Amino acid sequence: MIKIGLEDLDDIALGATFLGTGGGGDPYIATLMTRRAIAEHGPVTMLDLNEVADDALVFACGNMGAPTVAIEKIMAAEQPPSAVLALEKHLGRPADLLMAFEAGGSNSMMPIYNAAMLGKPMVDADGMGRAFPEMQMVTFSVYGASGSPFALASEHGETVILNIEDDKRAEYIGRGIVIRMGARAAKASYPMDGNTAKRVAIPGTTSLCQAIGANLRQSRAQNREPFAALIQMLSGTHYGHAEVLFTGKVTDLSRETRDGWAIGWVMIADQDGETLEIEFQNEFLAARQGHRLRAIVPDLICILDTEMAQPITTERLRYGQRVTVMAVSAPPIMRTDEALAVFGPAGFGMDEEFVPVEDLS
Amino acid sequence: MAGPRLRLGIDVGGTNTDAVLMDGDQVVAWHKVATGEGITASIVAAASAVIAAGGATAEQVFAVMLGTTQFTNAVVERRRLTKVAALRLAAPATTAVPPMSDWPDDLAAVVGRHHYLLRGGLEFDGREIAALDEDEIAAAAKDIAGKKIDAVAITSVFSPLDAAMEHRAEAILRRELPHGTCAITLSHRIGRIGLLERENAAILNAALSDLAARVVEAFIKAIGELGIEAPLYISQNDGTLMTAAHAARYPVLTFASGPTNSMRGAAVLSGLSDALVVDIGGTTSDIGLLLDGFPREAAMTVEVGGVRTNFRMPDLLAVGLGGGSLVRDDGSRIGPESVGFELERRALVFGGDSLTMTDIAVAAGQMDLGDEAGLAGAIDLPHVEVALATANAMIAQALDRVRPSAATLPVILVGGGAPLLGGRTIGGGEILRPEHGQVANAIGASIAMVGGECDRIFSLDGVSRDDAMAAAKAEAAGQAQAAGADAASIRIVEIDEIPLSYLPGNATRLRVKAVGDLAEGSA
Repeated sequence: MIKIGLEDLDDIALGATFLGTGGGGDPYIATLMTRRAIAEHGPVTMLDLNEVADDALVFACGNMGAPTVAIEKIMAAEQPPSAVLALEKHLGRPADLLMAFEAGGSNSMMPIYNAAMLGKPMVDADGMGRAFPEMQMVTFSVYGASGSPFALASEHGETVILNIEDDKRAEYIGRGIVIRMGARAAKASYPMDGNTAKRVAIPGTTSLCQAIGANLRQSRAQNREPFAALIQMLSGTHYGHAEVLFTGKVTDLSRETRDGWAIGWVMIADQDGETLEIEFQNEFLAARQGHRLRAIVPDLICILDTEMAQPITTERLRYGQRVTVMAVSAPPIMRTDEALAVFGPAGFGMDEEFVPVEDLS
Repeated sequence: MAGPRLRLGIDVGGTNTDAVLMDGDQVVAWHKVATGEGITASIVAAASAVIAAGGATAEQVFAVMLGTTQFTNAVVERRRLTKVAALRLAAPATTAVPPMSDWPDDLAAVVGRHHYLLRGGLEFDGREIAALDEDEIAAAAKDIAGKKIDAVAITSVFSPLDAAMEHRAEAILRRELPHGTCAITLSHRIGRIGLLERENAAILNAALSDLAARVVEAFIKAIGELGIEAPLYISQNDGTLMTAAHAARYPVLTFASGPTNSMRGAAVLSGLSDALVVDIGGTTSDIGLLLDGFPREAAMTVEVGGVRTNFRMPDLLAVGLGGGSLVRDDGSRIGPESVGFELERRALVFGGDSLTMTDIAVAAGQMDLGDEAGLAGAIDLPHVEVALATANAMIAQALDRVRPSAATLPVILVGGGAPLLGGRTIGGGEILRPEHGQVANAIGASIAMVGGECDRIFSLDGVSRDDAMAAAKAEAAGQAQAAGADAASIRIVEIDEIPLSYLPGNATRLRVKAVGDLAEGSA
C-alpha cells in the first residue's frame, strides 16, 4: 500500500504518455484535475492487487470520447464521481476500490481523481497495460469479467446505466450515447469482486507509470542518455524485455480519418539510409524495417524525442523530428491466445501472426 | 508616375532599436541605436538616420513595418501588466479545471485570480452546452466594476467554431460596466481549439491591454514625428503583418515575432528559402530551420513566461553561446553564463576582467571591437584556437539536432554575434554571412507578408473532403485579402488536417494558412 500525492502526478503522467504508445490522449488536463482534487482532499491510498480482499467491490473508471473534444470541453468537477455514484446506486452497494481500465494516456489519472474526490482507495492495476482504442480491448473482457452494468455521466449530472452482455456491443452502443453527451463522458464499468480482479487485471500498472516517469525525469535531470536506464528498469518488471528499435528522423508521415479512427503511418530514416515504418490506428500497431517486422501489437511501440526522451503522440508527430523508437514486450497476461484474439494483430484487422518482440531482434 | 516604394523596417528590442530602409529586397540603409527609456525617441533617431543615409524623404516610404519584443518582455518580467477578470462561458462543463490553474504564482498574483465560470459554451457540433445567462453576466459585471478591474478576457467553449456567445457576453459587459473604457479580449480572436491555451492567451492579452495602448501610441507618435503618412504595420508571430490598431488590441500576437523576423530576414538576405539559420546574440544563439522561406513551427505547446499557449512559434533551439558568454578552462568551456548587457563594461577588450567570446573573436581577428590591448597577457593564442573550436562544435552539434535529414543545408549566420563563428563550413554545411545580417530582425519585419487563417471542424457528412478543403482554403485566402494582401499574390502555405477520431460522420479539423504580399497603398 502506498500513497499518491501531488509530487507523484507529473511522473505518472509522463509514464502514462509512454504507455499510451502514441494514443490514449494527453494526460495534461487530467493531471491538472487530479492535482486540484488531491490538493483539496489529500493523497490517495493505492493497494497492490494482491492486497485486495476477495469480496471487495472494484470498479474500473475512466473517460470515453474524442481526445480532440477533450482539449476543449473539459469535464465538470463532479462528472467522474457521478458515474461511480450512479453505478453504486444501481448495484445497491458502494465500491470499495477504484481501478483504471487504461493505464496509458489520460485515463491513467481518472481512478486517482475519483479516489481523491470520493475518499476511496484505488488498486494498482488496469485492463490494458497500455492504451487501446476500444472499451472491450481489456484483459477484463478477455478473461470473462463483464463490462456491464456500466454508467456514463455527462457534465450536466445526467447518468445512464447500460446492461449489455457483449462488451463489443457495449462499446458500440455506449459510444452513441457519448456522442449525444457531447463526445466527452465519464465512465464507471466492469464491477467485479477482488477475487476476479486478481485473475483478470494487469497488476502494477499505475506504479509502473510512476516508475517510468521518474526514470525519464531523473535521466533528464542528470543529463544522461535516458534509454539504457529505462530499458534496465523495465527489465525488472513483468513487461520484461525492452529495446531501442531504431533512432532517426521523421521523413514522411500520413494521417487520415477512416471510420472514426486516426489511421496512418510514419517513416523514420537514420543516417545510413535505413528506414523504419510504423503503422498506427490511434496507437502504434506495427513497426517494420524494410520487409522485416520489428514489433507488433499488443507489444508496445513508443516513439520518443531523442533529445528529451519525451514520448510523442501520433497527433504531435512532425516531419523532421529526431526520434528514438522503443519496443517493450507486453506482460504474459496480454499475450495468451485469448488475449491476442481481442487486441493482437487480428483485433486490428491485420492478417499476420503475433511474434514477440524479443524473438524479432 | 511611380508612387512611394520604400519600406521602413524597425525592430524595437529591449536593448537596441534597429531601422532599415528597403527598396524591394535591397537594403538602402540601416542604423542601430540603444532603445533606452523612450521608445518614441529611439524609433525617431534610428528611422531618421536611415532616411537621411538613404537620401530619401518621408514621402517615399509606402509602409512602415515594426517588430517588437516589448510585450513578451513584459510577461517574462511580470512588469507593466494590469489586473484581469477571466470570464469563461462553459458551465456546467470545465469546472474541474478553473481558469489560470497552471499559472506560475508570481504571474497569477500580478494579474489576479479573478475568475467567473459562467453558463454557456458549445458542443463540438454547435449545440449549446448551456444557454447564456444574461443575469449571471450582469452580476459578474457588477463584481468586476466593484473590484475596479479594467480588462476582461472572455473564453467560450468551442468559440473557434462559433463565436456568437463571446460576442454576446461582450455586449452585455459593455452595457453593464460603468465606463466604456474596459479592454475586452475575445479568445476566438487570438487562439485556436484547446480551451486552456486559448484562455491563457486571452488573459495575457487582456493583461497587456494597457501597455499595448501606450506602446502602440508611442509607435504612432514616432511615425508622426518622422513626417511619415504611410500606414504602420506590426509584425506578428507567424511572420505576417497586422495593423497598428490590431496590435494595440491583440499584443500577444507579437510574442514570437522577434525570432520569426530574424529568420525571415535571413531568408531574404541570403536569397535562400531552405536553410538553417543561426541568430547569434549576446547570451544565446537561436537555431532554426527555414522551410519554403518560413521558419518551421514548434510541434509542442509553447510557454510564454511560464504560461502554456498554442501560438504558432518558430521551432528554435537555444544554445548558450553569444558575444557575452564567459570562456573558461583554457577555451574548452563556453557559457551558458554570460555578462549579457554588461559586455561593454566587463569584457577584456572594454577594460573589464571577464574573458568573453567577444574577446576571443577580437583576438582571432574576426571582430574589431574595443581595445585589443586589454587582451595582452590575459589570453594565449592556442587557447583562442581551442575556444573557437569549442564554439564551432557547440553550434555544429545543435545544427545536427535541427537539421531535418542527413542532407546538408547551407547555414545562414545573422545577429550581432555572427562574427564569433569563423570558417567557411560548419557541420558539413556551407556558411553564409549575408551583408546586413546584424539587422536581420528589422529586415524580416520590413518584408513581412499579410496572412489569413481558417481553423474549423468540418463535418464530412454529405460534404466531400475536397469541398471542405476548398471551403477552408477560400476562407483563409479571404482573411488574407481582408488583412490587406494583394489578391493575385495570395497562396496557401500550410494545411493541417486532424481527423477527429472516435466521432462518426468523419468530422475533421482543418487548419489552413494563406499569405500574400502587402498590396501597395493598402491601409
